[in-house]
Amino acid sequence: MGVVFPTPAKSMSSPLLKTPLNEVHRAAGAKMVDFGGWDMPVQYSGLLDEHHTVRNAVGVFDVSHMGEIEVRGPEALKLVEYVTTNAASRLAEGQAQYSALLYSHGGFVDDILVHKVADESYFLCVNASNQDKDFAHIAAANKDSGFDCEVEFASPKYAQIAVQGPKALATAQKLTDSPLSPIRYYWFTDGTFAGVPARMARTGYTAEDGFEIYVAPGNAAHVWNAIMDAGAEFGIKPCGLGARNTLRLEGAMALYGHEIDASIHPFEAGLAWIVKLEKGDFIGRDAIKDKRDSITRRLTGFEMRGRGIGRDGYEVAINGSPAGWVTSGSPGPTVNKNIGLCYLPIEHAKPGVQIEITIRNQAVLAETVPTPFYRRAK
Amino acid sequence: MSYPENYRYTKEHEWIAVEGAVATIGITDHAQAELGDIVYVDLPAVGKTLAVGDSFGSVESVKAVSDVYAPVSGAVVDANTALNDEPGILNSDPHGSGWLIKISLSDAAELDGLLSATAYEEYIQAEH
Repeated sequence: MGVVFPTPAKSMSSPLLKTPLNEVHRAAGAKMVDFGGWDMPVQYSGLLDEHHTVRNAVGVFDVSHMGEIEVRGPEALKLVEYVTTNAASRLAEGQAQYSALLYSHGGFVDDILVHKVADESYFLCVNASNQDKDFAHIAAANKDSGFDCEVEFASPKYAQIAVQGPKALATAQKLTDSPLSPIRYYWFTDGTFAGVPARMARTGYTAEDGFEIYVAPGNAAHVWNAIMDAGAEFGIKPCGLGARNTLRLEGAMALYGHEIDASIHPFEAGLAWIVKLEKGDFIGRDAIKDKRDSITRRLTGFEMRGRGIGRDGYEVAINGSPAGWVTSGSPGPTVNKNIGLCYLPIEHAKPGVQIEITIRNQAVLAETVPTPFYRRAK
Repeated sequence: MSYPENYRYTKEHEWIAVEGAVATIGITDHAQAELGDIVYVDLPAVGKTLAVGDSFGSVESVKAVSDVYAPVSGAVVDANTALNDEPGILNSDPHGSGWLIKISLSDAAELDGLLSATAYEEYIQAEH
C-alpha cells in the first residue's frame, strides 16, 4: 500500500533532534515520527484513546521541542512590543499572552506566547521548527533598533511538559506547594514542581484546562514520571502529537505551516484580536494597518456533509469554481464529525455556505460552520 | 501479532492468501499499526479488473490516508463491505476479518515474487 511511512531516522542525512524525554518515550513503546526534524512521539496507546483521555480526564505531552527565547534589560518591553503584534505593555508580572511575529510585509514569522516574568524580563515560547528563524528575527530587530536589552536563545535551558484535561489541575497540584487553582488562564507562576525549579503556566493547545510546565532538561524525566504517578488515580495517559493535533483542531487553534505562514497575515487568519495597531510601531504594522477591513480571504471552519475527510492541502470549490484550500482537516473525535479549516474568499467566509472539497479527484460536499468546533464547559 | 505462514506479503505491507484461483488481499498488522485508528475504507466494485500496481482503494486513519495497490492482477470477485460500517476491524483483526478484497487470479506466476512471512518480518525489522 502507498503509505508514506515516517522516514526511518537512520536514513536521514542529519540526525533527528531529541528531547530529554526521548528514551522515556521509546521505553514506553511510543510510535516515533520525524516531526520537523525532531524525533517525537506521534502516539502511545492510540490517537483516539489519547484524545478522549484529555477531554475526559488528563493527558501528558512532551513539548520540549518547542523553543524558548528570553529578552532581558531596561528596554526589553520596547523590543518585545516592536517585534510582536499584541500589546505586551498590558501584561502584568506573571501573565502571558498569545501573540505573533510578523515580517515587514505582514506575513507570519511565527505565532508565540509572551510571558512577562518581570519588568525587564520577558519569556517567549515559540514553535519548534521556527525557533532558529524566530531568534534571528528578534536578534536582528534588536541590533537594528539599538534597544538596551539582550536576546537569549534559551531553548537548551528548558524542557516543556504539558498536563492537559479536566483533571490536570488536581494532578499538578499534588506536585507543588504553589497554589495552582488561583492561577487564571494565561497566567503563570515560578516555584517548585516535583521537587525541582519550574515555571507553571496555565496555558495549552488542547482547548482544555491545563498547565505547561517548564523545567531544566536534566529534570524532565523525573518530572514526567512524577506527573504520571500523580495522575494515575485519574487515569492519566501519555499522549502524542497526533492527539495534540486533533485536540487543537477541535479548538480551531492555528498551527504554523497550516493556518498561518509567511504568505498569510493575521486578519486573514482570524487573529485580529492579537493585533493591537494602536500600540505604536511594530514590524509588519505598515503592511497590514489598512487591511483590517479589506481582506480578500479568511480562515473558515467546515464540516463534511459527504463521506470523506477534507485534509490539509485539498482544494475547495464553490459551485464548481476553485475557491480556496484546506489548511487542516481530520475527524473530530469529541464532536464526532469530520471537521477542518480552510481559506475562502471573504464573501463566502461565513457559516452555512455549501462548499466542495476535492478528495481523491472527487468533489465531496461540506458546509461552513462557526468555530471553534469544541468549547469546554466552564 | 504473528504473520500467517501460508500468506504471502509485499514490501508495500499487504498480505495475499491464495485458495485455488482466488486471492484474498489485506493490509498487514504492521501497516494498520503504522496507520493508527482507521476511520474509512474505500474499496472497488465487484467486477473491476486490476493490473499489478493499480490503486484499488484507500484506507484512511485519523491522521492519514493511504492508497492500496494490487499486488497481483485479476478481477475483483468480492469486497469486504463490513468495513464500511466497522473500519476498526482493520485494526483489531487485520489478517482475518479485516480482509479488503478477493480477486480471481489471472496469472498465478505473479505470486512467485512475493515475500514469505519470515522474509516480510525481516523486512519490517530492517525498516525500523
